[in-house]
Amino acid sequence: MVVIIQFILLFSRQGKLRLQKWYTSQTEKSKKKITRELVATVLARKPKMSSFLEWKDLKVVYKRYASLYFCCAIEQDDNELLTLETIHRYVELLDKYFGSVCELDIIFNFEKAYFIFDEFILGGEIQETSKKSVLKAINDQDVIQE
Amino acid sequence: MPTMRGDAMRGLAVFISDIRNCKSREAELRRINKELTNIRQRFRADKTLDGYQKKKYVCKLLFIFLLGHDIDFGYMEAVNLLSSNKYTEKQIGYLFISVIMNSSTEMKQLIIQNIRNDLQSRNPIFVNLALQCVANIGDREMAVAFTNDIPRLLISGDTLDAVKQSAALCLLRLHRTSPDSLQLNTEWTARIIHLLNDQHLGVATAAVSLIDALVKRSPDEYKGCINLAVSRLSRIVTSSYTDFQDYTYYFVPAPWLCVKLLRLLQNYPPPDDPSIRSRLNECLDTILNKAQEPLKSKKVQHSNARNAVLFEAINLIIHMDCESSLLVRACNQLGQFLQNRETNLRYLALESMCLLATSEFSHEAVKKHQETVINALKSERDVSVRQRAVDLLYAMCDRSNAQDIVQEMLTYLETADYTIREEMVLKIAILSEKYAVDYKWYLDIMLKLIRIAGDFVSEEVWYRVIQVVVNRNDVQSYAAKIAFEALQAPACHENMVKVAGYILGEYGNLIALDPRSTPLIQFDLLHSKYHLCSPTTRCLILSTYMKFVNLFPEIKHHIQDILRHDSNYRSSDVEIQQRATEYLKLSEVCSPTVLATVLEIMPPYPEKQSPLLVRLKQKKPLMEAEGAVEPTSSATTTPVTVYIDDVPKLADTAQQQNGLLVSLDTPESNGHYEDSTFSSMTKPATSTVQSNKKFLLKNSDIIFENELIQIGIKGETTKSSMQIELYYGNKSNFNMTNFSSNISCTGELESELRMNMEPIKATIDSRAQIKQSGTIDCLKDFRDLPKMSITFYYNSMPQKIDFSFPVYLNKYIEKAAMDSNNFFLRWRNLEKPSQEFQKIFPAKFPMIYEDCHQKLEGFGWSSLTGIDVNSENFCGAGIIHTTTQQIGCLYRLEPNKQAKMYRLTIRASRDGVAKRLVELLEDQF
Repeated sequence: MVVIIQFILLFSRQGKLRLQKWYTSQTEKSKKKITRELVATVLARKPKMSSFLEWKDLKVVYKRYASLYFCCAIEQDDNELLTLETIHRYVELLDKYFGSVCELDIIFNFEKAYFIFDEFILGGEIQETSKKSVLKAINDQDVIQE
Repeated sequence: MPTMRGDAMRGLAVFISDIRNCKSREAELRRINKELTNIRQRFRADKTLDGYQKKKYVCKLLFIFLLGHDIDFGYMEAVNLLSSNKYTEKQIGYLFISVIMNSSTEMKQLIIQNIRNDLQSRNPIFVNLALQCVANIGDREMAVAFTNDIPRLLISGDTLDAVKQSAALCLLRLHRTSPDSLQLNTEWTARIIHLLNDQHLGVATAAVSLIDALVKRSPDEYKGCINLAVSRLSRIVTSSYTDFQDYTYYFVPAPWLCVKLLRLLQNYPPPDDPSIRSRLNECLDTILNKAQEPLKSKKVQHSNARNAVLFEAINLIIHMDCESSLLVRACNQLGQFLQNRETNLRYLALESMCLLATSEFSHEAVKKHQETVINALKSERDVSVRQRAVDLLYAMCDRSNAQDIVQEMLTYLETADYTIREEMVLKIAILSEKYAVDYKWYLDIMLKLIRIAGDFVSEEVWYRVIQVVVNRNDVQSYAAKIAFEALQAPACHENMVKVAGYILGEYGNLIALDPRSTPLIQFDLLHSKYHLCSPTTRCLILSTYMKFVNLFPEIKHHIQDILRHDSNYRSSDVEIQQRATEYLKLSEVCSPTVLATVLEIMPPYPEKQSPLLVRLKQKKPLMEAEGAVEPTSSATTTPVTVYIDDVPKLADTAQQQNGLLVSLDTPESNGHYEDSTFSSMTKPATSTVQSNKKFLLKNSDIIFENELIQIGIKGETTKSSMQIELYYGNKSNFNMTNFSSNISCTGELESELRMNMEPIKATIDSRAQIKQSGTIDCLKDFRDLPKMSITFYYNSMPQKIDFSFPVYLNKYIEKAAMDSNNFFLRWRNLEKPSQEFQKIFPAKFPMIYEDCHQKLEGFGWSSLTGIDVNSENFCGAGIIHTTTQQIGCLYRLEPNKQAKMYRLTIRASRDGVAKRLVELLEDQF
């Protein structure tokens, strides 16, 4: 199945997985294997290296923000630079929502991080790129108590 | 603890804190087990639980699961949350099932029922939750269940924009997971396409992704999107960044939408309509111009977004491959990036340039950057960037620059990363052979290659060196000379010993008159390496010695001494022992004339495709650079011969066959008319004369025919790609209008075949024929057949024809020739039960040797003589090419004329393939 974004992983410099979003169906076993291998590969990269790596038949685009690595697997012929900016936009969304986001916010409010994903990226495709619209949707959710 | 937002759950936060405070893995496990016990008890006494508590516990379970632990309860409680009226509870329920219950089936129906309720809710935020869930985990069952609800949400006028966005991507997910169970009404096509024009940029952004997928399935049905996509793109790129408010990203207007539109257009050839085409060219031009403007911000996000659009535009330019000025401009732009500070840009520029090097329009422009690329090879710190540089050098290489490029690659090889050395060796070997003007140069390079990177020289590489030397008698003495010199090096790689050993055995006599390389010197030199080598190499050297016996009778007794020596004659290695014994005997009993015949120099090898290219493709299935060198190569590509007579011509075939030949009743070509207007027509009769599998044994055939229309096909396969031409002939006295033809791959076939058909004219005049070309690439071995669907208006009546499109796996077989030994060696290697399939079947046709031979050859593989001891039997071999792998196949067909039966046995290196091939062939004899 062709999906633009195959999966997204967030992990810490210590290699702790903080968030995972899979857009293709994988068994839990293979998810764990992929995560383990990829985390090790990315953590071993040096600064100044490109943000892209060819990994199996996929391309992995990653970027580090403070203590967290954001890592996104896409198809070989997909747009790498735009994927970097997809990551950045997600970071901006988290930042705006939590108010200067840190790793702890994501640990303690993991469900919110997932909800933001779903407003921004759906089924591996970008759904809404407007920061305002996504944040409005999320804030509306918080307001609704019914 | 950080501040909590929204509807925070305190208990959850406490639990997470506890886990974080655990000092050891064991402590963490204890805390988790305690929590699991607690939750289990709470769930058992479920009457006391309110929605909030249920939500909290489900959320805790989710957290535990995400820490990597298995969760085997709580599913029911999560599903219960779906029917809650509280948004946050529902939301957690959906989150739980989308994260954990990916393929769980037990509660599927219950989940689907809940989703259906929410889809029909009046509350758009409930609808959206349900849609998001389906978009994340939708499967076949959901595709069937919601085949009507979701498309309606997408195109209905009163749906909220946010819901439309989710619905579009939801539909996309269902289309991808199960295209055949999701039936989209063709009346919706125009409305779906028009979403590209939606005022709301978010809706357009989501819709392009859906349309892109639908276009891949039915390019003709959706080709209206070209115009809309071009005009939308044009409006974005020509406007100022201030026009798009929040959709402008760091001064770049709507980059995501732009990129998606540019990708959408890559599904089609350049637009036919000159006005659309020039508008598109203007867009591309504008994007290239903008890349030259000074940056509006120093932030990397600005340049990334701008360049993301630029690279996608360049991809489209390369895809269209027709505007030389755009191609050259793209190339210059990428050339600038090669010097950029950002590693990412250099990486991407090298990658894109590889594609540009394959276009005849830009190949020369790419070559201008040779020096920069070579510098990148030397100075880049990131191995993946250096790898791109190697790829690009390989792609830009041609006769004019081969010497320089090969030399640079060779120099780099000495310090190259181990991970890429083997591939580099292959590339150097291929380039130096392909572009060798002087084969002495080729040999110098190859020996140097073995010297520098002996460990990475695979068998194919040194075999090939030998083949070249054997086939070119003008370099043989030079080869002997430099092989001899190479052996003189104190430390000599074993691969070098092999090559030199072989060459001296064949051509050592050519340098024997030189006092520096007399027979004895040659022999002593070679023998000084003998004991350092592995048994395989020693065997090869023993053969060389035996050849020396013939070439240089004066050193015969030296050699006999060696052969007689205990370490050989009684070697613990069976092969060495056997050779020593037999060679010794041979040298003792045979007369010089017999020896001269037995040990004659090797005859030239048959010229065929270099095994190195095959090897390179195996290493890297997606070798984009391959095409670059193809046009200039003559030795390695087989010319495609087109016989005009092969083309099924309407007039002839219509007369000869008179509607009699096409059988529609076989499972493979299950043609039927859906429209009732056809009911009055008689169905074409079944033929017994011709094979009922169309196009199976021939390269051209009539694949469908009725009173109105005849469809012919012609195909030519090169490796995993088949070029096809379809001929649609209108046999009637009326014009056919709104003609559309679509071949679709559904289910597994979607990932097995890649169709790329050019658009077709909408009208076929009476008694006229139109042609459609395209390619079908084989990505994996496949079983099913694509569906062909044709619709048109005939005498203002709509007509629809559906049938299976006869492209069978054998179309991707390439003949392989081999001798008897080789055949049976390979045969024995494929001995696993899953690799073999056998069938005994009665003869359907007269059992004539020539006919069988012809059918087997027509099937694609070889029909070899002299393999089987029984000359009545047929044997042969072939290789099935897919883009990712090659599947070797061997067969044996044994006729039994008394019993009028055949026994067909097929072995193939990939499981299941033998069975498929038997099925294809069993009714053909």
